[in-house]
Amino acid sequence: MKPYLSIRNLCVTLKHGAPILRSVSLDVSAGQVHGLVGESGAGKSMIGKAVLGTLPRALHIRSGEIWLDGVDLLTLPLQERRKRIGATAALIPQDPLTALNPSRRIGPQITKRLVDILGWHKNAAEDRALDLLAEVHIPDPARVMRSYPHELSGGMRQRILIASAFAAEPKLIIADEPTTALDVTVQKQILRLIADMQARHGTALLFVTHDLGVVSKVCDTLSVLYAGKVVEDARMQRFFMRPVHPYSAALLAATPTYTNPTGSLKPVPATVIEDVETEVQQHDMRAGL
Amino acid sequence: MRDARGDIKRPIGLRLWLSGGWLTLLALAAIFAPLIAPQDPLAQDLFTSRLPPFWDAKAEAGYLLGSDSLGRDVLSRIVYGARLALIVALVAGTLTCLVGGTLGLIAGYYRGWPDRIISRFVDIWMAFPPVLFAILLIAVLGPGLISIIIAIVVIDWTRFARVIRAEAMSQGVMDYVASAQVAGRGRFGTMITEILPNVLPTMVALLTLEMGIAVIVEAILSFVNLSISTDSPTWGGMISEGRTSVHQAWWVLVFPLITLFLTVLSFSQLGEGLKDRFDPVLR
Repeated sequence: MKPYLSIRNLCVTLKHGAPILRSVSLDVSAGQVHGLVGESGAGKSMIGKAVLGTLPRALHIRSGEIWLDGVDLLTLPLQERRKRIGATAALIPQDPLTALNPSRRIGPQITKRLVDILGWHKNAAEDRALDLLAEVHIPDPARVMRSYPHELSGGMRQRILIASAFAAEPKLIIADEPTTALDVTVQKQILRLIADMQARHGTALLFVTHDLGVVSKVCDTLSVLYAGKVVEDARMQRFFMRPVHPYSAALLAATPTYTNPTGSLKPVPATVIEDVETEVQQHDMRAGL
Repeated sequence: MRDARGDIKRPIGLRLWLSGGWLTLLALAAIFAPLIAPQDPLAQDLFTSRLPPFWDAKAEAGYLLGSDSLGRDVLSRIVYGARLALIVALVAGTLTCLVGGTLGLIAGYYRGWPDRIISRFVDIWMAFPPVLFAILLIAVLGPGLISIIIAIVVIDWTRFARVIRAEAMSQGVMDYVASAQVAGRGRFGTMITEILPNVLPTMVALLTLEMGIAVIVEAILSFVNLSISTDSPTWGGMISEGRTSVHQAWWVLVFPLITLFLTVLSFSQLGEGLKDRFDPVLR
């Protein structure tokens, strides 16, 4: 099956040339959940941002292709690109505390999207927002619509952001560490909610996280990112049974388990990191970076 | 305290009461000056010159705060002076806010070359000594109400530009701005709907502060005789005249000074109070 989102040899660098992403390729099939894991600073979030066209000013895309629904986004002018993205993709951001505008009520923040992009009537958009809020288990949606973000808890806000992401029925959602800013009990609910919503709406989901435990619960396939490079692409089961790349294996071994809480944490051994570094260097040489 | 809808109900603080009260009083005095002022502020009478304020044994009825060396009633002049002070505060303050705020917003949100141009302008602008700059401007434009307002705007827009730029910058990197862009909204639209509402509390605080500053600048210009014509009473003009007779009639200097002080203080306190009240993050 043809992937809905296909990133081909994407290179992103700092303005002065230091590489952030080195020739990244990955595919997300329609209706599938693709995990993107890696440690802090590996460039996970930058992939999502590159797709959505919200890279920080200091970064720019050196080369590569981003195919969304059969169109290479990078060949479109920025405004055109954003319009396309706005109509077909959405973001569930990492930090629910900064993702809602503090000086505007919740309702308009959800409906504005529908009215702006899809040209819905205001009342229809409001009804839709109420339905969605109910769907993400928010009690008394009508009251929440009138609230300001500071009047709601972090978990509530993340639910609202999920509702808002699904509002325009996008074909692709990029979830950028959606549970990192929440505490563990809320994390689980939110995770289940995202998985439920994804299954019900049949949306393709690119799930960015550093948590392999989370990945094992929600994803169908995954990519492991190290230092801006994809070191392993795998189907879920195969990955947890037999990781191929030494870094993946080390990463798996380093995951703390709840079944053995007293066992000491296993760090990723230095030799593995060195192996990966060499491989990344060799790759860079081949790619001529 | 919250009511059932989750809206916050808070008693208006003492700060807002006092500052708002004084400014309301002043505004009423300015509007109804002809009804309130006990005397004609311009009427000179050498028989009533340098009368002391009401508690003094030599005070005369009808001259509550005494009279100056030309026999003009100090209270009436303060009341009429409020007209000019408030017009300058409102008009110059608002215009400064609009000019500086707009430029700051553009510089902080668009960054890049608009920011470079505006910021360099601000840097250069701020290197001029402001009062001398104002005097120079008035000398070129000629004295008058319009000139004073122009001078204040030209001197003080940089204050707004600097602060609003910084504020817009910190708002610009927030996730909700990125979300708005992903939602396909244009840059200008994003600036208006996402950034502007969040810099508004700061703008309001700065605006009231600026109103106080405008009153001071007007007083300084009056003091050096560069404000509007000498026959309409201004606080700065009164202070300037009072200075020459301070040993014989201190009240001519002190009462307008106190009025000026209270007004400027009230403006700044009003701003702080309003910011606390309307900033959704602080409350």
